[in-house]
Amino acid sequence: MGLREVLTPFTVWKHVFDDPVTIKQPIGRPAAERYRGFHQNDLDTCIGCGTCEAICQNGAIDMVAVAGYDPEKGNSGLKPQIDYGRCCWCALCVDVCMTGSLTMSNEYTWVDTDPDAFRFVPGLEEPWKDDEEGYEREGKRVLSGIERIHMEEMEPEARIGNFDEIVAGYSRAEAILEADRCVECGLCVATCPAHMSIPDYIAAVRDQDYDRGLQLLYETNPFSEVCGRVCTHKCEGSCAALHEGDPIAIRWLKRHIIDEVPFDRRIELIGQPAEPTGRKVAIIGAGPAGLTAAFDLARAGHGVVVYEALAHAGGMMRYGIPEYRLPYDALDRDIGVIEAMGVEIRTNCRVGRDVTMDELRRDHDAVVLTIGLHMGRSTRVPGTEGAGVEKAVDLLRRITDGEKVPLAEQIVVIGGGNVAMDIARSMARLQKAEFGKVGITLTALEDIDHFLADPEEVVESREEGVKIFDARGPQEVMRDAEGKVTGLRTWRVKSIFDAEGRFAPAYDQSDERVHAGSMVIEAIGQAADTSLLGAALTEALEWNRGRIKIDTAFRTSEPWLFAAGDAVKGPDVISAVADGHRVARTVMEKLAAREVAQ
Amino acid sequence: MFSFKPDRSQYPAPGPDGKLQIDLETGKYLKLWQGPNHPGITGNMSVELTVCGDEVVEGKTHVGYLHRGFEKLMERRTFIQVFPIVCRVCVPEPDFNEYCYAAAVEDLAGIEAPEYAQWMRTLILEMGRFNSYMMFLGGIGGALGLGITGQWMTYVRDLMLDRFEELTGARIYHMFILPGGVRGHLPEGFEGRMEEVLDTAERYLADIDRVMFSNSVFKTRTKGVGVIDPALFEPYGVTGPNARAGGVAKDLRKDSPYLVYDQLDFEVATATDSDIFARATVRRADVQTSIDLIRQILKKMPKTGPAMAKIPNVLHWKIPRGETYIKGECSRGEYGYYLVTDGTGYPRRINVRGPSYTHAMALLEHLIPGTNISDVAALMVSLHTYPPEIER
Repeated sequence: MGLREVLTPFTVWKHVFDDPVTIKQPIGRPAAERYRGFHQNDLDTCIGCGTCEAICQNGAIDMVAVAGYDPEKGNSGLKPQIDYGRCCWCALCVDVCMTGSLTMSNEYTWVDTDPDAFRFVPGLEEPWKDDEEGYEREGKRVLSGIERIHMEEMEPEARIGNFDEIVAGYSRAEAILEADRCVECGLCVATCPAHMSIPDYIAAVRDQDYDRGLQLLYETNPFSEVCGRVCTHKCEGSCAALHEGDPIAIRWLKRHIIDEVPFDRRIELIGQPAEPTGRKVAIIGAGPAGLTAAFDLARAGHGVVVYEALAHAGGMMRYGIPEYRLPYDALDRDIGVIEAMGVEIRTNCRVGRDVTMDELRRDHDAVVLTIGLHMGRSTRVPGTEGAGVEKAVDLLRRITDGEKVPLAEQIVVIGGGNVAMDIARSMARLQKAEFGKVGITLTALEDIDHFLADPEEVVESREEGVKIFDARGPQEVMRDAEGKVTGLRTWRVKSIFDAEGRFAPAYDQSDERVHAGSMVIEAIGQAADTSLLGAALTEALEWNRGRIKIDTAFRTSEPWLFAAGDAVKGPDVISAVADGHRVARTVMEKLAAREVAQ
Repeated sequence: MFSFKPDRSQYPAPGPDGKLQIDLETGKYLKLWQGPNHPGITGNMSVELTVCGDEVVEGKTHVGYLHRGFEKLMERRTFIQVFPIVCRVCVPEPDFNEYCYAAAVEDLAGIEAPEYAQWMRTLILEMGRFNSYMMFLGGIGGALGLGITGQWMTYVRDLMLDRFEELTGARIYHMFILPGGVRGHLPEGFEGRMEEVLDTAERYLADIDRVMFSNSVFKTRTKGVGVIDPALFEPYGVTGPNARAGGVAKDLRKDSPYLVYDQLDFEVATATDSDIFARATVRRADVQTSIDLIRQILKKMPKTGPAMAKIPNVLHWKIPRGETYIKGECSRGEYGYYLVTDGTGYPRRINVRGPSYTHAMALLEHLIPGTNISDVAALMVSLHTYPPEIER
């Protein structure tokens, strides 16, 4: 040990002259940009999906109701309340947040003498809701998958020549991957008219438990095979996953469950109906509303007879939706399950012709009217009277029945809804088969961003060669000297509704166009054919703007008559299914009440 | 001048159970608790000393003050929910838990973290190692009454914590290494600010060399004290710098390279004496290795690239049945996570292998008898143990 080792340590005395390195007061020192401080939440962006609550390993987050934020479509109205006695600042809630509304401030410290102050709703109460932002996740959320699993479908060239179903359905592996993306927030359940237990049946797909999945489907929807293909899937429009990516393919997953369960197994899983009650209910119209009500009533043990005017059951599902979207055998399977519950369907039996309303009333304890909208409306512009102008619903019905329908090499379709797309694409297929090429022009009042048809319908129509002219108002069906249709004259639409919101299209007459074609098809809406009621009943019933008036429980003004479905409410299959359940419940309540009275 | 020659012959021989047969009534012996709150103890544990004069006759370690049941807690959490709690298993060097857990999950789930994430993880681990050694260098000086090293190293560690804060969003529990990758990219200008920290660190380390490693008092009190016989390394599970100080050039970064260590250039520091001084010098060399590695990583790592691999939805992430052991070289030796999965959304079993478990209990109890009471603190610190990781 030398002298050097005794003296060297003293050289560090040089630090005496250094500035102090410690900070007297750390509060107020700016934190790093990414610092994970107390939470901030953009309450207007937050949809209350509760994913933050689900991922929190400390149970620090509770979803609570907040004044001024009410539930609405795709938004539960709840907001996360965070208990900082439990929070560990891991920010998994920020990473998993479906909308990116949840972030963190870069506040280092917070001193308060009131312990309750440390439990609050970020974005609502605390001073740093406006502070500089701290941690926010890099890019979009990565913890729950943002890309939808693509479903195989036929190429336009392959599908245009026939009515084969376009989409292929998921394989098991694909379905599991897609089901995996669901965060089980349940916003879809609130949006679905029938309130199907969507997260639960998606979980069944993940678990590969198709029996459980099927039972869950049938709890709320006897038309799951139909809805798995053609549902308007409003649920997907409220899906939390929509905000930073694609919504969960809820419709396709529903279809996948059905695809995986054989028909016989379906009936086995649903089980036998209750013991017969001896009560009888007549249902007029074998569409989704009528058959759903029939299913529920039959399950409860009531005798149900469904009267259907057309040759096959299914209503608009069969006669309105083309086969390439909904194959008839798929529909037949759904109806087959309902029949297996003991429902009797009398087809080719038109009420008013083959049986009267009075007879139905006499022979049954209740009558349910679910007649749908089978009469096409007309634009009534000059030239629509006479040959060469058809209505879409009539044509679709005839195509289903296998009839030969009028056809032309160049057809003009009026309308921008799903029915317009259905007829345009159906006629395109017939043209391709007959003439080898497609010649369809579609004109609609709405501009392309506000089309009533589903976006995928617009895309697929175009792929199949349908030419779409948006914001065009029909003025006249042009005819030559012999009265043959030569085209449709349109003006550009400036606005569709007036200041009061009434339907009153305004046109720019200088922008005129003639769409050539030797056939015009109107697809602008449908009406119910209520002639079956007869004059006396029509007079006795209360009406509401041309529709039979019903209350919230689907009772008409006549105590024995109930009505549901498109004819009174609309607008789609799943709504009709929901109405069917509701009207069945009302009928059952009435039957039970009578039971007590007797 | 400070020589201390223990004489075991004056004490009764150990009984058949290996324990000394001591009668405290004689007044010759004294029971003394060092810890759990004591400046000469590493973290919250205690050593029950039996002393005779200033000689320690027997030492018994007591742990449990920090037991939080982490391994059990993990079994009740989903795979993503385990992520925020693993770092808490070891406070001073939390990142190793994050890495081992993430790598174990990835291994069993069949996921590979992207290249950028691999580099970032290596960077984080070296930054964590650096910080861990700052605590050691401060602690070993402090244990011998050299308080200034603790102040300097705390300052330098704090500068590194600033870098952690701007990179990960937190100073202590970084929660940055997720199963599947890392949570973000380097902030802009990070390299420059890191270089400033490393420069400052090197200046202070040079002062440490002068004030501690060239200090006759320090040398006298640490050389030849607390020697671990290399024959004990294997039976006592001694790894890391404690073993390297005894001439065993074992380092998992070299021996079974993980992350991107095979693309980095570094030497494994060793010493021969296996005493407190040797262990300190090995760690001093290791700090420099870490500094060099951080510089290398920042230079070599890709500037862009995905930070996260595609992972399943974490809210219902199920991992197939399997088991794996992921290990790495932390600042104290081999750190490992043994993960067993059973196909459900929860880990079936997680076992954390922390080097402190062997070093701070069995090894320390073996080394303590015969030391001077004033050397116990230095001996303990020289083993560089962290009680939270002993107890989990």
